[in-house]
Amino acid sequence: MTPLAAVNDFVVKFANVNGSGSASANGLFAKVILRMGVPVGARNIFPSNIQGLPTWYEVRVSEDNWLGRRGGVDLMVAMNPQTWDADVKSIEPGGYLLYDSSKPLPAAKFRDDITLIGAPLTEMIAAEFTNPRERQLLKNICYVGVLAQLLGFETEVVKQLVTEEFKGKDKLIQPNFKAFDLGRAYAEANLAPIGLKVRRADKVGDRIFVEGNDAAALGAVYGGATFCAWYPITPSTSLAESFEKYCKALRTDADGKRRFAIVQAEDEIASIGMVLGAGWAGARSFTCTSGPGVSLMNEFIGFSYYAEIPGVIFDVQRGGPSTGMPTRTQQSDLLLAAYASHGDTKHPMLFPANPTEAFEFGALAFDIADRFQTTTFVMLELDIGMQEWLTEPFKWDPSRKLDRGKVVTAEMLGAGFQFGRYRDVDGDAVPYRTYPGTHPSKGSYFTRGSSHDKDARYSERGEDYTEGMERLLKKWDTMKYAVPAPIRKNAKRRTPDGVLYFGSTDAAMDEALHALEARGVHLDALRVRAFPFTSEVFDFIRDHEQVFVVEQNRDGQLKSLLINEGGIHPARLVSVLHYDGTPITARFIIKDISAKLEAARAAALPEKA
Amino acid sequence: MTYLAKPPLHHPSLEKNALGFTRRDYEGRISTLCAGCGHDSISAAIIQACFEIDLAPHRLAKFSGIGCSSKTPDYFVSPAHGFNAVHGRMPSVLTGANVAAKDLIYLGVSGDGDSASIGLGQFAHCVRRGVNMTYIVENNGVYGLTKGQFSATSDKGSKAKKGAENKDSPIDLVMLALQLGATYVGRSFSGDKHQLVPLIKGALSHKGTAFIDVLSPCIAFNNHVGSTKSFDYVRAHNEAVNRLDVITPRAPIHATYAPGELKEVVQHDGSILRLRKLEEDYDSTNRNAALGYLAHKAAEGEIVTGLLFVDPDANDLHDGLNTVDVSLNKLGDADLIPPVSALEKINAGLR
Repeated sequence: MTPLAAVNDFVVKFANVNGSGSASANGLFAKVILRMGVPVGARNIFPSNIQGLPTWYEVRVSEDNWLGRRGGVDLMVAMNPQTWDADVKSIEPGGYLLYDSSKPLPAAKFRDDITLIGAPLTEMIAAEFTNPRERQLLKNICYVGVLAQLLGFETEVVKQLVTEEFKGKDKLIQPNFKAFDLGRAYAEANLAPIGLKVRRADKVGDRIFVEGNDAAALGAVYGGATFCAWYPITPSTSLAESFEKYCKALRTDADGKRRFAIVQAEDEIASIGMVLGAGWAGARSFTCTSGPGVSLMNEFIGFSYYAEIPGVIFDVQRGGPSTGMPTRTQQSDLLLAAYASHGDTKHPMLFPANPTEAFEFGALAFDIADRFQTTTFVMLELDIGMQEWLTEPFKWDPSRKLDRGKVVTAEMLGAGFQFGRYRDVDGDAVPYRTYPGTHPSKGSYFTRGSSHDKDARYSERGEDYTEGMERLLKKWDTMKYAVPAPIRKNAKRRTPDGVLYFGSTDAAMDEALHALEARGVHLDALRVRAFPFTSEVFDFIRDHEQVFVVEQNRDGQLKSLLINEGGIHPARLVSVLHYDGTPITARFIIKDISAKLEAARAAALPEKA
Repeated sequence: MTYLAKPPLHHPSLEKNALGFTRRDYEGRISTLCAGCGHDSISAAIIQACFEIDLAPHRLAKFSGIGCSSKTPDYFVSPAHGFNAVHGRMPSVLTGANVAAKDLIYLGVSGDGDSASIGLGQFAHCVRRGVNMTYIVENNGVYGLTKGQFSATSDKGSKAKKGAENKDSPIDLVMLALQLGATYVGRSFSGDKHQLVPLIKGALSHKGTAFIDVLSPCIAFNNHVGSTKSFDYVRAHNEAVNRLDVITPRAPIHATYAPGELKEVVQHDGSILRLRKLEEDYDSTNRNAALGYLAHKAAEGEIVTGLLFVDPDANDLHDGLNTVDVSLNKLGDADLIPPVSALEKINAGLR
């Protein structure tokens, strides 16, 4: 078997035990490559656990900017005996295995079609360091040293990053240097060169390396959110933490007083209740949660729809149902969020594809919520929220104003504005509202989830009820002009086949489309970015005979929404579904779509006589 | 109930408060509750209290959950914004509004079903946080809107209208509020306007969470012999520990009492709580003593009423959050959107 050879285009996977301090070493590995101007896509695959269970870190090195998961592993760094067998098995033929050779392993534990790279990591570290915790942490840096030598890292870049990482904890710098040098020197003296190399390039540009939750929280800051009410739940927790971090830095007065508030509520129900209370009173507010939290919030979400109160929910989706897979990624809350709560309801959803869009939609969601006076979902995914992505830098137009929607002021009331809370004054079905305490004698109203007339008075008359419900439907149509339009990428030649997808699938889809095209498979592609669907989405389906709908859930939830909202014949939509909790790969998309196209062609051929 | 709304005309001789409002300016829509319902008396007491403390009606924000009691905010102070939330969740909605607009006076009205069963968690955490509000539970020991089921505040052994006996231990929201750190705690009776109005006045003037449990018999489903929440039972077992007068900062002080009879507490807004003791040994500034006294009296079947505890120097949620003095809902774009240079700096730190 010829060993794999590639420059700036391969996949490295680290298999570790969680709680062993591997995350910072692995993160360092990815950042060194970035600093050498070579793009990486990096993903943590981690357990719902604090210490002792298997965790992986996968780095896609790609000078061509394919930053989704490719599938397969070219170089495995196997540091976890618990998962050794599966990890070794997952290596591509001709790939490489780096392992700790301090203790001998039976030959049966290896494969003969891969290159074995043994380095006595534990032994080397034990000889130089005595503290057990220090030994555990530095073993990780030691394998980075080995890899640096094998892959051709620039040592100055590594040292610069270590210095930045431990700034303020300077006494940690020298031990890290020492551990790194041990590994590097060992490899230089004892290991044969390998076929995988990182070579300095200039393909990173001004892009940033950031997690989606961090980006979304910063979007909320720029979007004018002043209040976050939340309850801890994986994988959304870091969004609230980032909001606090950025607000402390950017919204604190000289005297220490804060232009923001964060309340850790007693549960998700209280979180959304607080968000709606604040939204009702005119402060932009949000909660961040995951599927189980949205399940709990249902009653209030329906209340928000019917009483027309703005609020934003960041749903960082994880594997469901029930407790499901808290630390694995999915796109499986679409139906839950779209129609949350009893009765006839619908809620807008935004689907960011990466941290840059998480920032943009994180800000935009507040404009939509205020403009349309309803709960607005930002549908993040664990793969976006909790992973660092190489992504376009954040941008903000300094002339941009926060769109507070139709708010009646004391001046307007004083000038004779005839206020009725649920009246359709402008013909767009979006009513006017007042904040509490606006005017001494005008503009007050009573908010309720029970049926009401257009002046917010309690009413059980059928006509009042249907008038309100019809207006809400019309408001839904108005919303289609305010949400982000889909992004279309046409194939190089005319094709009857299309593909629809959304969210984190974008990265793997780009690579899959490229590869399929090289094989002569042409697909027009449309990335859906919001619900309600805009007319472009249905135009796209109409323009194609067959449309693949790629999703990271079992039941084809986007497909269901398309059929339900657009009256699409189900046979025109073909699901491509990846839902094992790991991020979708380009290889999976290529294989599944190719197989389905092949099957369709075979079915279309006339039977042989 | 009556179907006939009173004409909105004000008789010129109606008494006016310091802001020039009459009592009628604090009224609401016509109540849809049963004729004689204790809850309507509480609404009347709220109207009277708001009038007497010279509260501009639109400065009030009123909240409730679901149930008979929660219907009532529509029946008082119409110039105020009102919010009828979902069942048991009034505290969270009020908390959010309070975070957003700290410049208003917050009143939450709830019932024993709304706060002691489905909403017990939100009640507890709202009190813990010290949300600056008046929290009134209109406590009748029964689910009225669904026609007569026991609620969680029903006493063990109390009888339902159809004869069933309650087997479960009752939840005493006053005791809970004290344990959870409420800084103004009272109990009263819907039939005792002279006790209730000053308690509400003191609560509305209080900084921090003011909780008032108001026994409010349900004349339709829980006012029979054998019920411990009937008018007759509450009257017979009501033991008031003190009588409260609330003197607003602007009002002249003229009454005189013999020394030792009176305790005066000055609240954050300058209002004075003047307590005339009816129970010699009762100290309403001692939380632990209040808890002991209440436990002792509850065991004897007595219903202790009055201002049971007050801490006039309490902190509220905003003190902990350290928010700016201006309400968050009044901050503009310049206060909220960081400069582009800050974003560029963040970008630079992520490379």
